[in-house]
Amino acid sequence: MSTQVPKQTDESSENATDAETTVPSKGDARREEKRRRAAERREERQAEEAERAAAAEDTVELKVFRYDPEVEGKQEPRFDTFHVPFEKGMTVLDALMYSRDTYDSSLTFRHSCRQAICGSDAMFVNGTQHLACKTQISELSEPIRVEPLPHAEVTKDLVVDMEHFYDQMHAVEPYFQTNELPDGELDEQRQTRENREKVKMSTRCIWCAACMSSCNIAAGDNEYLGPAAINKAYRFAMDEREGEEIKQKRLEIIEQEHGVWRCQTQFSCTVVCPKDIPLTEHIQELKREAVKSNLKFW
Amino acid sequence: MSQSYNRGLIEDFGRWREFSAGMWAWIFHKFTGWVLVGYLFTHIAVLSTAIPAAGAEEAVLQAGDDVYTQTIVTLEELLLVRILEVGLLAVAVFHMLNGTRLLLVDLGIGLESQDKSFYASLVLTGAITVASVPTFIAGAF
Repeated sequence: MSTQVPKQTDESSENATDAETTVPSKGDARREEKRRRAAERREERQAEEAERAAAAEDTVELKVFRYDPEVEGKQEPRFDTFHVPFEKGMTVLDALMYSRDTYDSSLTFRHSCRQAICGSDAMFVNGTQHLACKTQISELSEPIRVEPLPHAEVTKDLVVDMEHFYDQMHAVEPYFQTNELPDGELDEQRQTRENREKVKMSTRCIWCAACMSSCNIAAGDNEYLGPAAINKAYRFAMDEREGEEIKQKRLEIIEQEHGVWRCQTQFSCTVVCPKDIPLTEHIQELKREAVKSNLKFW
Repeated sequence: MSQSYNRGLIEDFGRWREFSAGMWAWIFHKFTGWVLVGYLFTHIAVLSTAIPAAGAEEAVLQAGDDVYTQTIVTLEELLLVRILEVGLLAVAVFHMLNGTRLLLVDLGIGLESQDKSFYASLVLTGAITVASVPTFIAGAF
């Protein structure tokens, strides 16, 4: 069941003209023959696997979004079906990797650590943003529809362009800054336990962009910072070691026109966050902080 | 990779089956808000018939023949208006209850149970609406 588009004909005709003009050496012919046989074997194996998977009782049906701008026959987006033998504890990422390794090596998706740390494999699974490596197949209804993240341009198959998301993340200056250094040169910048507890959840962000993709407001307003970036701002604005002056600077960033005030508390981001960060809560708290810093009674 | 593919707004109303509680609350709040704004115009139009009625003679007012009373009576005679009033109450009650919920959300109170408070406001709206039916429909048939 290969979903590969058949080899372009102009390539083979090129080979044919090559053969006419220059007589191929014996080695070339042998290598060509070997390649051809390997391809045949691979196709045979894939067909066998597909047959076995379709016949087996415990298989899951995967419908995967496919798009490849570089291959003529794949420029029109489509869905490919893969039958994957189910194993206990199988995740969506496992199934995708099985599909890629067994059926179609051109199936493209990002993944790295496979344990919900790197944040590369956020996808749109059965209509909701999920981290593929953290989503159990057994919890999903079949057929499982796997699509790239919505509201982001698709580069290829399940890979989306993350540039805009990273731009928003960098816009809030997601790094520790302070101008209140301790007296001694070698003194540590200590954080109280309570303060650490306060920012604890917000430090768990893995930049997977699931929240940004789920946010209805971010979809309509491309300049909106988005839940992840605001959460990053929260992590540092609430860090007491940064000092008042830096906190004011941070509040100025997040209370811009396309900052916290765009949030309309739909809770979509909080629902999809694979790290269970209470994003809406953090955004709301920053809204209150922004109001408090602007209210003056005189 | 020079090209990319824009799938547009996937998260549109075609996906309503996958909306979560908070999303529904937002949609209902917007919808009821617009309904109430629309109602406000008809409300003012009906009430402003009281301005000419205020100049009417005492006897006309006593008999209930003035413009204001006549308008109200005519409207209340229509079955459609009676049913719409039940709907109006439902819309107003939900908007109030969800507004209270949003107030709590803004204050950062009970954000972990925001879905439950949405369901609670839905149930309460339903209960109040059902309880109001006898009052609104009485004598309409």
